[in-house]
Amino acid sequence: MMLAGWGRYPRAECRVIAPRSRDELLNAAAAQRSLIARGNGRAYGDAALNTDATLDLRRMDRFIAFDAATGVLEAEAGVFLADILDSFVPRGWFPPVTPGTKFVTLGGMLAADVHGKNHHKAGTIGDHVESLELALPDGRIARCARDENAELFAATLGGMGLTGVILSARLKLQPIDTAYIRQETLRARDLDEIMTLFETSRDWTYSVAWIDCLARGSELGRALLYRGEHARRDELPGDKQAAPLTVAARRTHRVPCDLPAGVLNRWSVGAFNRLYYRRARPGTAIVDYDRFFYPLDAILEWNRMYGRGGFVQYQCVLPKAASHAGLTALLSRIAVAGAGSFLSVLKLLGPGRGMLSFPMEGYTLALDFRADPASLALLTELDAIVAAHGGRVYLAKDARIAAADFRGGYATLGEFGAVRARVDPDHKFTSLQSRRLGL
Amino acid sequence: MKTVLILGATSDIARAIARTYAKAGCSVILAARRHERLAADVADVKLRYGVEARAVEFDVLDLAGHAHFLDALGSLPDTVISVVGFMGDQATSERDPEAAALVMANNYVGPAAILGEAANRMVARGSGVVVGISSVAGERGRARNYVYGSAKAGFTAYLSGLRNRLHGTGVRVITVLPGYVATRMTEGVATPRLLTAEPGEVADAILAAETRGRDVVYVRPIWRFVMAVIRAIPERIFKRMRI
Repeated sequence: MMLAGWGRYPRAECRVIAPRSRDELLNAAAAQRSLIARGNGRAYGDAALNTDATLDLRRMDRFIAFDAATGVLEAEAGVFLADILDSFVPRGWFPPVTPGTKFVTLGGMLAADVHGKNHHKAGTIGDHVESLELALPDGRIARCARDENAELFAATLGGMGLTGVILSARLKLQPIDTAYIRQETLRARDLDEIMTLFETSRDWTYSVAWIDCLARGSELGRALLYRGEHARRDELPGDKQAAPLTVAARRTHRVPCDLPAGVLNRWSVGAFNRLYYRRARPGTAIVDYDRFFYPLDAILEWNRMYGRGGFVQYQCVLPKAASHAGLTALLSRIAVAGAGSFLSVLKLLGPGRGMLSFPMEGYTLALDFRADPASLALLTELDAIVAAHGGRVYLAKDARIAAADFRGGYATLGEFGAVRARVDPDHKFTSLQSRRLGL
Repeated sequence: MKTVLILGATSDIARAIARTYAKAGCSVILAARRHERLAADVADVKLRYGVEARAVEFDVLDLAGHAHFLDALGSLPDTVISVVGFMGDQATSERDPEAAALVMANNYVGPAAILGEAANRMVARGSGVVVGISSVAGERGRARNYVYGSAKAGFTAYLSGLRNRLHGTGVRVITVLPGYVATRMTEGVATPRLLTAEPGEVADAILAAETRGRDVVYVRPIWRFVMAVIRAIPERIFKRMRI
């Protein structure tokens, strides 16, 4: 069937197999020459596409065990983060790290080694995985942990499914008193201000900035910083203190059809960004976790806003020392092109964990572009700026980077390749992305 | 706490039903011939929703064993849902009467017998709900799947008659017509998106029907219209069509 990532670019006709049990999965995998595992398809590009066989893990979505003393949850790879939240927030537990959508699977989060607004404090999701089970090319199942198959464990976290199929994992949740976040919003008039704010917000558990990627000149880099802490019960308004772990179900909306390709243009997006920046209310608020972490999940199928042709998300990270110069160059180029989106995000990351994992200490910028020839040409220019500043792009978002530009960004690629050569010398586990990048 | 018994519990739809009812606070009993396959689902439902859950062995074709099966549960469940179904292979059924009979037994004889037995016991108690998952394929026989469709037609008629008989007894009968559902059965078949429900939608529709007192449920309302059109086509035209 026709498959794509969340950006709906590129698309490919893939044979899809959806196993219900471990036996079915192993049998299906054994019969394939080439395959890749896929979760809920929230990687933006071609990371979870394989025309020969794409293994849809969403039917393998059972909770296996939970230890209320340690907070360790064991679950099959296809479990949704949304299901973990639904079941465990009311019991006072929260994922240690969460990406910006809850419609991802556990296996997908591990394969992309996702980070969240607390990366500078908590690292990636991989830092909280106690162990995982991996189906290897020969049908064996390897248990991987820091003290067991340690190299394979490290390569699998962030390994984009190229070391095998993640079957299950044990993830350590964090205890919470309430389902709410004490959020502080601050305005930054330019890039210097927002970078200073990130530095002075280091002690906050969560921090992220929305950045106006179309602002130019003296306003270049203007942004809104959101920082947050899990709220204590006594910080909640009186009416919420009785049931601090309960959040009212949120109303969702659905984008009903593909918007015409021209609706999002430099004027509409520029107007939105100006309005969004001016209307923001600096100050403190108590917001529920859904609104703080997953604002876009309230708009189902928002990926249709970019029209039938789809979009690409560009996320890069620049080493800290080069971040100011690099961000200035990137934002200037994007603003001149007028091609950016209203979903542009800036964040200061902590140190990375190596192999294929994306984060490194420095600033990460993420923004969306309609998938058209002009944008794709612009992104190639951005690749050059990123490379010149020693940065790298995020595989979970990527749909189009050239192999040479990608490889320059990952100094630990050799280590990853060595592990893979050992466990999967014939490259049974491949995706359109891994072939494009020569991984 | 209410108890729901789900027959044919290894299917995708059955798993979704178990979760939906468990989320609503019901304890669940999962029944299937290969019940050892249900251990992971039992653990999942317990952990997810903090309800009681267990798996039991059940063979829908063992008609003589149905009464004993219900006895062995201990107490009669509040709701009994049959998700038992078996598409079979139409071409094989056309050649092989044994194969055809197996499709008929799995989709009609067996499910009707066990729901009838459960309903009789519910009448004695004065309350209960039985739910049969039938199919829009039973609304008109088509060349493509008429063996399966005829069994579902029989099952639908049985449920209709049972509902008629039990009116006023406190026992309700719900017929569910899912249309296309994105399950193992339809994988690899290109079904129209608008007409294809997720297993969770079927489960939600069943719980809603039970809560709101509905009798016959088309999971996606558009199917009511589609089948009305298909039923209205005159036979002399219909027999020439390939749909």
